[in-house]
Amino acid sequence: MSSPQDLRYTRTHEWVRIDGDVATLGITDHAQEELGDITFLELPEAGESLTQAQPFGVVESVKAASDVYAPVDGEVVERNADVVDQPELVNSSPYEKAWLVKVRLADPSQVDDLMDAAAYEAFAGEASH
Amino acid sequence: MAVEPLIHELSKSERRAVRVPAPDVPATPLPPELCRETLDWPEVSEIDVIRHYTRLSQKNHAIDINMYPLGSCTMKYNPKVNEAVARYPGFAGLHPYQDPSTTQGVLELMHELQEMLAEIAGFKAVTLQPAAGAHGELTGVLIIRAYHESRGDTARTKILVPDSAHGTNPATAVMAGFDVVTIPSDARGNVDLEKIRAAVGPDTAGLMITNPNTLGLFDEHIVEVVRLVHEAGGLVYNDGANFNAILGIARPGDFGIDVMHFNLHKTFSTPHGGGGPGSGPVGVRDGLETFLPAPMVRKVEEDGDVRYEWHDPVDSVGRLHTFHGNVGMHVRAYTYIRMHGAAGLRLVSEDAVLNANYVLARLRDRFEVAYDRTCMHEFVLSGSRQKAKGVRTLDMAKRLLDFGIHPPTTYFPLIVPESMLIEPTETESKESLDYFITAMLQVADEVDESPEVVTGAPHKTEFKRLDEVGANRSLNLRWHPMAPEEAVVGEPAREAVPAD
Repeated sequence: MSSPQDLRYTRTHEWVRIDGDVATLGITDHAQEELGDITFLELPEAGESLTQAQPFGVVESVKAASDVYAPVDGEVVERNADVVDQPELVNSSPYEKAWLVKVRLADPSQVDDLMDAAAYEAFAGEASH
Repeated sequence: MAVEPLIHELSKSERRAVRVPAPDVPATPLPPELCRETLDWPEVSEIDVIRHYTRLSQKNHAIDINMYPLGSCTMKYNPKVNEAVARYPGFAGLHPYQDPSTTQGVLELMHELQEMLAEIAGFKAVTLQPAAGAHGELTGVLIIRAYHESRGDTARTKILVPDSAHGTNPATAVMAGFDVVTIPSDARGNVDLEKIRAAVGPDTAGLMITNPNTLGLFDEHIVEVVRLVHEAGGLVYNDGANFNAILGIARPGDFGIDVMHFNLHKTFSTPHGGGGPGSGPVGVRDGLETFLPAPMVRKVEEDGDVRYEWHDPVDSVGRLHTFHGNVGMHVRAYTYIRMHGAAGLRLVSEDAVLNANYVLARLRDRFEVAYDRTCMHEFVLSGSRQKAKGVRTLDMAKRLLDFGIHPPTTYFPLIVPESMLIEPTETESKESLDYFITAMLQVADEVDESPEVVTGAPHKTEFKRLDEVGANRSLNLRWHPMAPEEAVVGEPAREAVPAD
């Protein structure tokens, strides 16, 4: 597993990239690996609010439909239309092309609660056994 | 691969299966606005019809062909006597608008079925209305909501759902307007007592539990779990999907359950799959019967006469199905219960549990066992050992098709990686269990010795590995007409383009 060092991670397998007061969200390589081929995504529109630890979208694969949980509170400023049209990007490029939404952070201190890459890899490695 | 034409494509002008006799009553012309000159019905002979539908049936797997160990679905054999009784003209020829004075027979049967299900599960009363398990869940959760509202207890907004639950449980709670709180399982596959103790409170409307659960395990703390929820003022719903494991052995009403649905299409041998239709009666404990859907069948005894009538419970959540549910399924389930009797039903569960434990014991050494306890009527294996060698559970499921076996449920329950949920049911003989075991052991050998045989499976089915991802991403159900010369009766009409 090679989790980018500059991201923060949740126990529900989402990643967060912080740029000023905007957070970009996605699901991890481990998550896409476990889900298998992604077939459908349901994502919030710009302007909708996310609440930390609450589901904000759905990722559907041939195996299962899974909720995606908000790592932080915030308002959606952009959704990735490309990934909705091409869900397979989640499998091929989970950390780059397959970002899901960009969110304006309501409380930047929430980022401190999230795991760094090393902590996430230890957690995910344990969870898969 | 032979593509079967539509029955319309087999049509030949003036070909007939049935010659309708001349009418023996005077003809009455229809109003012209109801008439048309042409009607595109297939014109085919009887043998065309029989061969067409027989060929279609051969493209499908069914319990009438071979084992179907699809966990939590209880794909048991459906005895043909059920079908014979359901076709009695006195049942099959009824219309729901008939006056109850002319339908006393079926009302008596429905009343007896209500009473029998209540007795089997330890409840006060049962509605037969819901059309399937998830519909029963909705009925049950609406009853829980109505109960709290009737007491002015409107602060109860949360339904607790264990993480091993069927996805329909949280979906039902949300449909009924509740927030879902997921409760993790403990290391033995039970609901985690500490977590549930921490979760219950004045906002708890109820718990939706499945016992035995989808891991095939009877919750070892069920009485304590129920007590915690009751102490907090909530009600406990039991998803009866796995009731086949405990008939005549344990009654949910006796271990404290307030509301539960039955799956007649699982436990009571009515058709499951292929549209069923299903049937999901709901039972409630004493004190909740006034909330049941309307109408119910009631028995009235007056001056030595007995009659059956419809009545509406006083606090009813209302009607949840047109007319009276899927009554043909009630007839089949009633027949099944009568054919078995109390002792026979207990034997059903004992054999279902014995069969599952036998298969588990024979497979235990070759696959990871998610929770290695004595199981109930089903158990969960993990393909994690095989996945480490590059073969997924999906591949093993496809390989089982080559043995003529329907694969077990895969990738559910979600809390077990690479899971296979195996439920043999009581209707399989030791020989057919051994056949399944042999197939599973051979697949395990192949994973070690020739994994490409498994990853390339199926090899012997009419269709090979389908592009499931492609089908999901770009679903295309459009029908393309065949050229008339392609639609040839009795022979493969044309070869499909290979998937790869």
